Amino acid sequence: MKNLQQALSESGMQGLLSDPEREAQLLSGIAERLLDQAKAGGADAAEVSVSSSLGRHVAVRLGEIDVLEDARDRGISLTVYKKRASGSVSTADLSPDALDQAVTQALAIAKFTQADPAGGLADAELMADKQTSAESDPFDLWHPQQFEMGELIERAQAMEQAGLEARFENNNQKIENSEGASVSANASLGVYANTHGFIGHARRTNYSQHCILVASDASGMQRDWDWDDQCRWSQLIDPAETGCCAAHKTVRRLGAKRASTGQVPILFTPDTALGLVRHLVGAVSGGNLYRRSSFLLDQAGQQIFPDWVQIEEQPHRNGGQRSSRFDNEGVATAAQPLIENGVLARYVLGSYSARKLGLKTTANAGGVRNLLFKPGSDDFKTLVKKMQRGLIVTEVMGQGVNLVTGDYSRGASGFWVENGEIAYPVEEITIAGNLANMFQNLTAAGSDVETRRNIQVPSLLVDGMTVAGE
Amino acid sequence: MLDQAQHALLQPAGIELNQLDQVLGRLVNGRVDLGDLYFQKRQSESWALEDGIVKNGSFSVDQGVGVRAIVETGTGFAYADAISLPALMEAAGSARSIARGGQSGSHSLIKPGSSKALYQPDNPIESADAAVKVDLLRTMDAYARSLDPRITQVNAALSCQHESILIAASDGTLAGDVRPLIRLDISVIAEQGDRRESGRAGGGGRYALTELMQPERWQEFADEAVRQALLNLESIAAPAGSMTVVLGPGWPGVLLHEAIGHGLEGDFHRKGVSAFNGRMGEKVATEHCTVVDDGTLPDRRGSLSIDDEGTPSGYNVLIENGILSGLMQDKLNARAMGVKPTGNGRRESFAHLPMPRMTNTYMLPGEHAPDEIIASVDDGVYAVNFNGGQVDITSGKFVFAASEAYQIKNGKLGAPLKGATLIGNGPDVLTRVSMVGNDLELDSGVGVCGKEGQSVPVGVGQPTLRIDGITVGGTA
Repeated sequence: MKNLQQALSESGMQGLLSDPEREAQLLSGIAERLLDQAKAGGADAAEVSVSSSLGRHVAVRLGEIDVLEDARDRGISLTVYKKRASGSVSTADLSPDALDQAVTQALAIAKFTQADPAGGLADAELMADKQTSAESDPFDLWHPQQFEMGELIERAQAMEQAGLEARFENNNQKIENSEGASVSANASLGVYANTHGFIGHARRTNYSQHCILVASDASGMQRDWDWDDQCRWSQLIDPAETGCCAAHKTVRRLGAKRASTGQVPILFTPDTALGLVRHLVGAVSGGNLYRRSSFLLDQAGQQIFPDWVQIEEQPHRNGGQRSSRFDNEGVATAAQPLIENGVLARYVLGSYSARKLGLKTTANAGGVRNLLFKPGSDDFKTLVKKMQRGLIVTEVMGQGVNLVTGDYSRGASGFWVENGEIAYPVEEITIAGNLANMFQNLTAAGSDVETRRNIQVPSLLVDGMTVAGE
Repeated sequence: MLDQAQHALLQPAGIELNQLDQVLGRLVNGRVDLGDLYFQKRQSESWALEDGIVKNGSFSVDQGVGVRAIVETGTGFAYADAISLPALMEAAGSARSIARGGQSGSHSLIKPGSSKALYQPDNPIESADAAVKVDLLRTMDAYARSLDPRITQVNAALSCQHESILIAASDGTLAGDVRPLIRLDISVIAEQGDRRESGRAGGGGRYALTELMQPERWQEFADEAVRQALLNLESIAAPAGSMTVVLGPGWPGVLLHEAIGHGLEGDFHRKGVSAFNGRMGEKVATEHCTVVDDGTLPDRRGSLSIDDEGTPSGYNVLIENGILSGLMQDKLNARAMGVKPTGNGRRESFAHLPMPRMTNTYMLPGEHAPDEIIASVDDGVYAVNFNGGQVDITSGKFVFAASEAYQIKNGKLGAPLKGATLIGNGPDVLTRVSMVGNDLELDSGVGVCGKEGQSVPVGVGQPTLRIDGITVGGTA
């Protein structure tokens, strides 16, 4: 790649959108150059990720422009292996000199790290089929579009305006202030390649909108927010709907009280139930298992949830946020259960942690792709009725989760439920338990799966947790 | 520092200082109230040990220039990850897109300001051979394992960072800084029967690596991590409900960071969204409490000779003898509120916008001996170590998660308690501080503060405090 310098200087801000093929060629050229140089420099093996992204972001507040931002990022991350020792380098400087230096530095680091029997690339026979850049969007994630700032500003203003003007059943309630509304448009390309000869391309676009509003009454001030996130601009919901939804979520928090201390059933909304599934994924991830830092050691094949719980990984979901044919090591991905009839079907492993544990990789280098927690049949209202008396948790705060022991204690806010109906908002309370017990004590899942995230979870009802308040 | 920063950032690109004036002139021309250029180069190196071997080493370089154009309270922002005159011009053109209705548009020629250097500019990455750093981690691992046979896992990591920044702004600011930052961490797992528990410790700051490599320093971290893990093996369920809590000195100052600090950042006051809005001059704490944000302490992790807008950092009193007395400001929010910047304008990198952020936030010492404070509690909790916290600045509700705590019964320490989250209300919690210790300590240098997706290093500290009523989120 003699012309790298020239190619870099010719690819202006918008090149990624106007000619993604050419940008992808540039990235794969850089990847191949780095791998060749690593081998020439004495590496036994090497792997590299190259990324390029372009973004435009606007934020408005009370109708006025708050931020207009153009973002353009490129970067490489290279790991070399020599006699089972490794060295890693990352840089955003893609000039030929900087790339040469990156290889030299990575090899220098590998002289000082120690041989690691579990280290190295994933096994060659596990690699996904090679992909050309033209085949880099098998899951329909790439819908590029160019925007004038004005178009994004108008959308953000419409969103906030709708929130500020929202009217409520109680005429005294209104939105009084705003932390702002924002709209972002992003496009990114990525290449992963290794010295097995694997090269994989990925590309996706991503459009999002957010609105944060503030309301107050004699009891104090509250804020809440709403959002949407899609890979197609045309699929973003009406900005006025996001604004109104943020307004309703904010106003319904006014007048929050504390709850009394005791044990009650807790209904996690899809937003907060997501956290429980993330803790599960963390506890069955290879890194925490081989470090013996998980409360779910040796639990593969064991019943850790009630038998109606099903969680499946769907890496090939069309339009899925993290859909990909290959994981971060080039290993071919496939749909596979994580929880089957309440039983932990497998761990979440990359090849490094798999070797440490004497197991086979589950194509999860870089984490889980898309998960689906199978929904139940009851809608949210029915779940509230079934609960009769207890707590709905809409927001959790803080870091009080210990994956080594499963001990769970977090700040929370939400709504108190009496006689199957929402009675009043609550705040300044904690909820506590142990994740192992919480998983076993799931009593119902809602039909209301949140589909805008890569980990899709319905509302979950949990028995036996302790609320601390007054 | 300016010379060194210029040497690291501008010279390789062949950019002269007078060219910065030209860029600023074009950036603000006619329509922009304040424009600035932020050049940055950051090198980071880290080494990580696991299973007795140093298996990961990594090095990264980030460099670029961020260009900002402010019109009233609106900001146009663009950045380039290469430092060159054409890239700078392109970013300036993009940032200027905000320039619709600005008024002043005047531009003062840049000239160097003065500030006191609070740390040595030496590069910690180059200050020791890789072999020496790798050896440190191995020695530390062997030492931690030798302390108790119940220690089954040790992870240790050493990271070194060296950063040069240069700021040129249309208000005439020209400033540079060279910032070292080092950190050593250890975490361990202890196992006994079917119980498994963890412990962690670490520290660092803007000082030389040789200091961290002294055996008494790193042994202290290893001793502490092992002690915590073994202690946790004996811990019992924490209580649930509102009760008297005594907080130990040092890192528990994360209370002040969450409950007080964030709510006193100027942007939230300009927007009117902080629970502390409109309370300036009011009593928000007992008279025993004086809280400061102090970026001027030499060598500390949260310290800055200048902030990321070129303003020298300050000793800013936030609460004086219980009265709310000060906010933390960057240039944009200070201008909008008609006050002076306080040296709290910080950004994660050239690719992020500055905001008012904390530096080192701590409470000044009081009169009581720590023993006396514990002895004064009939029934409560003594919490000495925490994992970190979070705050909702609008409602004022904050949490912080205890990782080491004990029962207090009849003035005496009892059994160790399992970790639990504490939750309170920021504008209210310091009105319940009935005793302040004489034992002010600052944390060991591990704090990371997150705000709107940006992370910056910070410090906290406090003396022992007695709080008469805060909610403890246990299960018992």
